[in-house]
Amino acid sequence: MDWPTVLPVVWFFIIGFAVIMYVLLDGFVLGLGILLPFADDEDQRDHMMNTAAPIWDGNETWLVLGGAGLMATFPKAYAVVLSALYLPILVMLIALIFRGVAFEFRFKAHRSRWLWGLAFSVGSVLTALAQGLILGALVEGMPLTGGKYVQGAFGWFSPFAVMTAVAVVFGYALLGATWLILKTDGRLQRIAFDLTRPLMLAVIGFMLMVSAWLPFLDSQLMERWFTGAHMLWLSPVPILTVLNAILLWRAVLKNREVQPFVLALCFFALGFVGLVVGMWPNIVPPSMSIWEAASPPSSQGFVLVGAAFLIPAVLAYTVYSYRVFRGKVLAGEGYH
Amino acid sequence: MPTAEFLSRLQFAWVMSFHILFPAFTIGTAAWLAFIEGVWLFKRTDLWRDLYFFWLKIFAVAFGMGVVSGIVMSFQFGTNWAGFSIVAGNVVGPLLNYEVLTAFFLEATFLGVMLFGWKKVSDRMHFLATCMVSLGTLLSSFWIMSANSWMQTPAGYEIHDGVFYPADWWRVIFNPSFLVRLPHMVLAAFISTAMVVGGVSAVYLLKGRFVDRAGAMLKLALAFLAIVIPIQIVIGDMAGLKVREYQPAKLAAIEARWDTASSVPLALFAWPDEQAETNHYAVEVPHLGSLILTHSWNGEVKGLKDFPRDERPPVKIPFFSFRVMVGLGLLMLALALLGLWRWKRGSLVRDRWYLKAWVVMIPSGFIALLTGWWVAEVGRQPWVVQGLMRTSQAASDVPASSVLASLITFVVVYLGIFGAGIWYLFKLFRDGPLPAPQRERPVTPVHGNRRRTPARPLSAPDDPMGD
Repeated sequence: MDWPTVLPVVWFFIIGFAVIMYVLLDGFVLGLGILLPFADDEDQRDHMMNTAAPIWDGNETWLVLGGAGLMATFPKAYAVVLSALYLPILVMLIALIFRGVAFEFRFKAHRSRWLWGLAFSVGSVLTALAQGLILGALVEGMPLTGGKYVQGAFGWFSPFAVMTAVAVVFGYALLGATWLILKTDGRLQRIAFDLTRPLMLAVIGFMLMVSAWLPFLDSQLMERWFTGAHMLWLSPVPILTVLNAILLWRAVLKNREVQPFVLALCFFALGFVGLVVGMWPNIVPPSMSIWEAASPPSSQGFVLVGAAFLIPAVLAYTVYSYRVFRGKVLAGEGYH
Repeated sequence: MPTAEFLSRLQFAWVMSFHILFPAFTIGTAAWLAFIEGVWLFKRTDLWRDLYFFWLKIFAVAFGMGVVSGIVMSFQFGTNWAGFSIVAGNVVGPLLNYEVLTAFFLEATFLGVMLFGWKKVSDRMHFLATCMVSLGTLLSSFWIMSANSWMQTPAGYEIHDGVFYPADWWRVIFNPSFLVRLPHMVLAAFISTAMVVGGVSAVYLLKGRFVDRAGAMLKLALAFLAIVIPIQIVIGDMAGLKVREYQPAKLAAIEARWDTASSVPLALFAWPDEQAETNHYAVEVPHLGSLILTHSWNGEVKGLKDFPRDERPPVKIPFFSFRVMVGLGLLMLALALLGLWRWKRGSLVRDRWYLKAWVVMIPSGFIALLTGWWVAEVGRQPWVVQGLMRTSQAASDVPASSVLASLITFVVVYLGIFGAGIWYLFKLFRDGPLPAPQRERPVTPVHGNRRRTPARPLSAPDDPMGD
């Protein structure tokens, strides 16, 4: 094994790690925005946002790491995917702007407080939809002709992508609800408990639909799943998913506070593993492999040296900041 | 319909011009906050704590806007500049990736502790968080200026099949203009912030509000500017020498110099005419051009006619932007020196005309920063990587209609969002450095002893929380 073979594999997993960290961590913050309309009043909405206010910024940075990491280590994939998905990415960026500034502006505003709540909510829903469309388009496959995407400005639009978009909204909402169970008590926690089980049913439904649809896509994404003996050694993934669903259901029934959030995270992680296994070794299904898209070892190696030290450091101080802000967030606490 | 490339350039200019203001302001305010909190730790007087909380709120709003506009930047290289990403991604990508790993996480994570951790961590830990955020902003400028300087003065690369490959990372990062352009940018950020600090203080003094706090801030801003602006002028001069050495066409555009000549004059004003290759209404000072640009009375400066027409940058934008930047720099210096003199005479906080001059000058740092950036970026055209890759090769192969849609969206959204942000900043400035909440001492960290049982009455979250 030589460097040009090994390094792209390593970076495939690092980028995958950045993306799943983003999905898990910003996912529950976006979920808060999606669930904002279910709160009783503006003060409850403040309360919801306050549970994430100290940490949302760091969470979102994983997305930037995914983007910059892709540019550094798989520039061809970065260029093809981002320019092909121009419009959904535009929607995501604009939505993230509204979501992000709402955190600062809402607590500075008086008369227009509701307006920035709305911006937070709509921004979160649109971000989730856009990310779901991007995911759907990738999973469905982006056929390239001579290294170029020639499907036009709306090539990503398909029934499958629309379904994954809606699925992501429900998924993030589930993460958000279980986060609220963890971080609040009283009336708000009750609302979150009541939302969790229907959301969970919806997420399971979407997972089944995606799994059923996958074999019929042209992306060959799931070929690995259905050929030869692969099914056997990959079987822990679906089995664990089912087990996870049962545990989550019970945890909510028993009014547990920590377990639902952890199990919802596991839910996402398992789904993600399933996708990554299916995609491998393509970074742009169905045909651009990680080795074709990779930057040279001199680039990948250079960043890897830093990443090897810096990512653990980032994780360490992220854990520190979560510890500082651990425990229930009380109403009225948080923003000065 | 304009081409996708042209629309992408407009969009980049628009998005970047907004974006650059906020990181610049946060670089300055973060360092300013670290300074204030350091003094507070030492002196423990209310004045410094109040000032800290005041600037912290302003910092938070500016930081929020910097973050969201920065995310746009990190995706734009792929959406609009896919050609650039494919050809130069091997070199520029790792620099940007290091920015995320060393700077963005540090800033974003410790920002939370800084904004919300006052009652949850010790004084020293809180100060450390402030320092980490400030360090993050500086590291961020390190990497971004490295990447940008590489595009101005590329080094340490090889080209195979039209694609850049890194050959020597040390030379890529510390490319010929980097060590001059980095301090020029960071000092510009500090100066812009100091102009805001001093100008806001002047407003309070004019209204007779927060007189002690405003007086202290004005003196700090003054002293800082009086020391730093001269340094900035020296560094700016060094940056000019680098431009002369590596980007002579840019220098010729800055000076609107058409013919190569020795002992050139300095044009104070002119109307450059690119068609006729000449200047109208020129007001010139003999020999001064050579003296400033070459440090010799009769030095030679290259003219635009030495370059093929399709390798010349547009002239008007660099020419006028440069004059605005330098003019404002000199005005700021004059303001600072005048202030020192009034201070020595003991009339600093009472001279209404002087304080009014400060108020007028508040945005001058930002305007100088923006115009300086335009000089650097427009002056590099038509190249995206100086002399090696054209901007036209860098654009994505996307439909022009998509880019038009995004351009319109960005214009509308940025005007709305950043308009609102600036409104909230004004609101915070209007409120002023009010007494910050007292802190019960000693602080016991909440780790571990937070109760987890739902002992609170269910109605508690419905209690009014005040405004």
